[in-house]
Amino acid sequence: MLTTHALVLAIMLFCIGLVGLLSRRNILYMLLSLEIMLNAASLAFIAGGARWGQVDGEIMFLFILTLAAAEVSVALGIVLQLSYRFQTLDADAFSEMKG
Amino acid sequence: MEVLFYIAAAVTLLATVRVITHVHAVHALLYLVVALIALALIFYLLGAHFAAALEIIIYGGAIMVLFIFVVMLLGPLAVQQEKSWLRPGTWVGPSMLALVLLGEVGYLIVAGDHLPIEVTETRRKGVSIVLYGPYIIGVELASMLLLPGLIGAYHLGRRVSKESRSC
Repeated sequence: MLTTHALVLAIMLFCIGLVGLLSRRNILYMLLSLEIMLNAASLAFIAGGARWGQVDGEIMFLFILTLAAAEVSVALGIVLQLSYRFQTLDADAFSEMKG
Repeated sequence: MEVLFYIAAAVTLLATVRVITHVHAVHALLYLVVALIALALIFYLLGAHFAAALEIIIYGGAIMVLFIFVVMLLGPLAVQQEKSWLRPGTWVGPSMLALVLLGEVGYLIVAGDHLPIEVTETRRKGVSIVLYGPYIIGVELASMLLLPGLIGAYHLGRRVSKESRSC
């Protein structure tokens, strides 16, 4: 029962993160939304591990943690470079590739 | 005991919504720290004690400190806004949410170790035996991920000089 509700909470957190990622144009907030979504995924893994009484969920949480640490360090370097070069953090301003 | 889970879930949702709706970066980071701590409490209630500790130490500690450093490094934008960021009114919302969590942890300490989820024997033995047994390939892949992450962060984190920017 508790694990089902934890899964529902994970879905809600993931949706909040997705809405934040799609609606905010500041790349710092887009990064924060990515963090929220990664957290929701790890909550889903932990809930699954608790449901079946196995440790695999916690191990997937460890891997997600490693991924998040590597991603954040590289992405924050990119944020710093963008703020030096463009003097703004607006994602719409970075349109040099005419995407 | 299950009430604790729902209170922590409500705190997580409230703090997360405040993260994506806030204008100031430092306010959003404060709310995100509260959300991560509430999530750690949920992990504890689900029986994942080690994951709860890691969530606080690495997410709430290391990754959030990285974010705060970068926000502070973001040039003149940070200097002008710091006065308004550090007003005491800023701390009220996150402090209230954190107080709710503190009350829950105090109740858990007083009430003793009665988790709403039964922790089975295999989970008590810890994750490390399984991590370095069947999942050893994942550990190797994680190390292969962390080294490019380190090099990439070092390369991207340099400050660009004026002459290299012009060319």
